[in-house]
Amino acid sequence: MRLKGKAHKFGANVDTDVIIPARYLNVSEPGELAKHCMEDIAPEFIANAKPGDIIVATTNFGCGSSREHAPLAIKACGISCVIAQSFARIFFRNAINIGLPLLESPEAVKETESGDTLEVDLASGTINNISKNKVCIANPYPAFMMEIINAGGLIQFTKKGEEHLSS
Amino acid sequence: MTTLAGKILTAHSNKKEISPGEFLNIRVDLVLANDVTAPLAIKEFQRLGISKVFDPKKVVMVPDHFCPNKDIKSAEQAKLIRKFAEEQGLIYFEVGRMGIEHVLLPEKGLVLPGQVVVGADSHTCTYGALGAFSTGMGSTDIAVAMATGEIWMKVPPTIKFIYHGALPEWVSGKDLILYTIGDIGVDGALYSVMEFTGEAIDELSIDGRFTMANMAIEAGAKAGIFNIDDKTKEYMATHSNKAYSTYQSDEDAEYVKIIEYDVSKIEPQIAFPHLPSNTKPVSQVGDIKLDQVVIGSCTNGRLSDLRVAARILRGKQIHPKLRCIIIPGSQRVYLDALREGLIESFVEAGAAVSTPTCGPCLGGHMGVLAAGERCLSTTNRNFVGRMGSPQSEVYLANPAIAAASAILGRIGTPEEVIS
Repeated sequence: MRLKGKAHKFGANVDTDVIIPARYLNVSEPGELAKHCMEDIAPEFIANAKPGDIIVATTNFGCGSSREHAPLAIKACGISCVIAQSFARIFFRNAINIGLPLLESPEAVKETESGDTLEVDLASGTINNISKNKVCIANPYPAFMMEIINAGGLIQFTKKGEEHLSS
Repeated sequence: MTTLAGKILTAHSNKKEISPGEFLNIRVDLVLANDVTAPLAIKEFQRLGISKVFDPKKVVMVPDHFCPNKDIKSAEQAKLIRKFAEEQGLIYFEVGRMGIEHVLLPEKGLVLPGQVVVGADSHTCTYGALGAFSTGMGSTDIAVAMATGEIWMKVPPTIKFIYHGALPEWVSGKDLILYTIGDIGVDGALYSVMEFTGEAIDELSIDGRFTMANMAIEAGAKAGIFNIDDKTKEYMATHSNKAYSTYQSDEDAEYVKIIEYDVSKIEPQIAFPHLPSNTKPVSQVGDIKLDQVVIGSCTNGRLSDLRVAARILRGKQIHPKLRCIIIPGSQRVYLDALREGLIESFVEAGAAVSTPTCGPCLGGHMGVLAAGERCLSTTNRNFVGRMGSPQSEVYLANPAIAAASAILGRIGTPEEVIS
């Protein structure tokens, strides 16, 4: 799957409270959550994010609260994937489980500025910064995680497992 | 040569030996969700097409975040989880009988040493204080755990922390964990288990251990864990009559890193905005005026925390320009505090005392901050906008510092207010 969009660059330790502030967690609908994504640290983000765009961040992206509302809000903004130097572990699980692709590539993060056009090939982990004419390869997913991703998320993966067990 | 965490995970897997980095299905002993995370988990559970949870006596739901309901939408979410809990016959605690989940579950004897507990709340790591492997996850993970009684995990490596020496007065578990996070950073234990050991830990109360394990997530850890000792056994004897397994780390267990501290040199710690790692010893904070102080939460809302606060607030008055909000972590804590006269001291000092709720910690209700306001809180996070306006500031500290600061109207120490 190929993804293409403009980069929105963030720094280190972007926590899930700023991705989606708790004051909006009295609802669970992704579309509602998306209206407030990143508003406390980047109020212009929601208006600027176009379908296919990519969030790029440095270390420990998604730290803090376990709220799955965070990757749901990002996905519902039309963001096609997040590229970071590293991810916080609960956010990482949540994103994989709900089908928001994540890529770890310190090199790509270093090269990318906000507004750059990126093209990502998820199958190979190739990140092409078209604006900078620079290609990087993300760290590959472990095989077990690829199975969850290929199934379309944890629910589908589990359903398949249950069917397999009962057959 | 196995760590405590490794032994617990092995006992909950289908393998005889496991090693860090391995992906495994792990059997869970308890699954937890709250009024914010359960609605999504229930929705995903229903997508699985499974009609019943794997074991209703191993699934707990606690409406603690925006409860008692703060608005109509929160009321709808609470209603949804109440209905699901009733239909499925789950363990459920209603307002008036509930507490903040991580104060409540151990108190009710629902968590045992040696267990694996997963919760749709990042502070589920709190139960490591009892020698359980407990970790926070998202709603979809919890939906699968509710349905199957199992969850996938990547076996984490363990970092051993050794705390030498004796704690100075007014220095608590909160200060040890803030100091540690200040040292290693908010991703200093990413994906790892933090195992807390040493003579200062041997001396630390179970409440102090809850506080430390609670904030392991603030260093990015998957779990924080303590070996079982006499204090653990005593706690269990008074909270549960169930049998449990007692695993210990082997003397020659393999650690990815060993970090040692001399606690006798540690002062009370203050985490400045906007990261828990942004710590300073209290002697170096300068003049920081405050608008609000919050004492409570899953980090510091237990009876011993309230006793410390009452020791300082008794017979004193809250600073006239400051709001002090004190929230017992559970009904049990509330009642004990009432009987001991702590609540009376708080009310007489001019503090607001609330029924248990996570409320202000995550900017939900019961003490949300306006732009430009500063709050010192015994909670666990001081991120941008965590307690309200993105232009507000949150400082984290222990309950003694919080109580003293509430009297002073600025960040200060108990020595300044106790004669």
